[in-house]
Amino acid sequence: MYRLALFTTALLFGASAAAQEVLTLATTTSTDNSGLLAAIHPDFERSTGIRVKVIAKGTGASLQLGRDGNADVVLVHARAKEDEFIEAGFGTMRRDVMANDFVVVGPSADPAGARFATSASGALERIVAADHLFLSRGDGSGTHLKEQQIWRHAAVPTKTDTRSFVAGGRPTQFTSTRPAKGRYISIGQGMGKTIIMATERQAYTLVDRGTYYAFLLADPPRTDLAVVCEGDRMLANPYGVIAVNPKTHPNVNFAAAKKYIEWITSARVQGMIGRFRIDGKTLFHPAHESSH
Amino acid sequence: MQTFKDALENALRLVLSLDANVVEYAQRTLLIALVSTLIASLIGIPVGMFIAERRFPGKRAVVTLLNTLLAVPTVAVGLLVYTLLSRNGPLGSWELLFTVPGIIIGEVLLIVPIVTAFTVTAVARTDRDVRKTALTLGANSRQALWIVFRESRFGVLAAVIAAFGRVVSEVGVAMIVGGNADEFTRTLTTATVQNVDMGNFALALALGLVLLAISLSVNVLFQYFQGGGHQ
Repeated sequence: MYRLALFTTALLFGASAAAQEVLTLATTTSTDNSGLLAAIHPDFERSTGIRVKVIAKGTGASLQLGRDGNADVVLVHARAKEDEFIEAGFGTMRRDVMANDFVVVGPSADPAGARFATSASGALERIVAADHLFLSRGDGSGTHLKEQQIWRHAAVPTKTDTRSFVAGGRPTQFTSTRPAKGRYISIGQGMGKTIIMATERQAYTLVDRGTYYAFLLADPPRTDLAVVCEGDRMLANPYGVIAVNPKTHPNVNFAAAKKYIEWITSARVQGMIGRFRIDGKTLFHPAHESSH
Repeated sequence: MQTFKDALENALRLVLSLDANVVEYAQRTLLIALVSTLIASLIGIPVGMFIAERRFPGKRAVVTLLNTLLAVPTVAVGLLVYTLLSRNGPLGSWELLFTVPGIIIGEVLLIVPIVTAFTVTAVARTDRDVRKTALTLGANSRQALWIVFRESRFGVLAAVIAAFGRVVSEVGVAMIVGGNADEFTRTLTTATVQNVDMGNFALALALGLVLLAISLSVNVLFQYFQGGGHQ
């Protein structure tokens, strides 16, 4: 009982938390669910003695964690939103980290014939024309933003919902674009959950290749959906790392964030990212490819 | 896809082999539940006894409010504590968001009404004659209060156990305030949600089994004490 009381006291006064330096990383579910971070973070902890606390949300939620000063560094994939974030003074020291690409996946029999489309928007047009079910992340994530970009390019009528709310004392808007007709479900969940649900419902969805491979090549496989569209330039998916600006949030652990950015963009760790494979398949291409 | 039988078999294997992850999440869950139940009891039992024993204006309203708070959604408490502990929030300088102490604050808020309301019921249920008899036999009012407490101890203990069970089984506060950060704030329930999201049903089911085992033990204790320890 005495030990419990002592332990409780230590816990409540944060003594245990002060034992080791901690860096809070807000990142997307795709980097976390694919297993990449679990594979490389032990190296960071070994070389710097700093433990990384990973909060895995969508890109939108991760940037919000940065805006509120609840994270020290963010690793996300939505270039336009990243630039906004930096211009508004919330982020600094942005570096490219790696890239993979999005793929459209669906039932292996491809009932909508999306395989025969020559572009990503063409594939989505065929899914709407066939009136087949499409699942959307619907969570403001980088994947959701990419999906909306493709819908806007597709030759199908779309509708845009706008919700207004107040963030940081300023009115802000959250818009989401979706096809006006066809069977479309917005689930507001992470990448993993979306693949699982699309697999259960045999629906089409947009997924980053890293997470898709991680699910397809798991033992036993966690999805039987097949790639029906890939390679369109619009499907490129670059990831960037950004430190939360200490001028806006003086309390963030900027020194550790800087170390993390230097570490993840170093030639050695870039090599580790390039070598991260599941079943022999490369999931992410490092941004700073070494010459040999 | 995995069949249910496969998942169940793998889950049992993970539990029986004391898988390091399962053990870590279970330990963290129990620590959070123990500490928050302890704090909530230190607050809720005295307050509950006060409400039950004293007459004061608005007593009925207080009891109604307590009973309403029993049903407060965990996500609402989670969100409230998140906004309080967020760096922009009023308690941001404590830097407790995404930490175990942060989760404990949320759980305490969640279960103080449970301990208080159940204590009120337990003490009120104790025969009014107990207090009168004690006073007649020469006890001072403090001693009489102690005797009433002793007579209602099984009901109060049931309150504490119900609160403990609530913390172990809830996911709203743990997920929103804790953030499910691996090695920091991941609990049995948040890890279960995450592994379902990732299609890792064997591990999710293993965690579910551990949760079930804890809930079952808690409920057996609860039944025992609700029966006044005589069953």
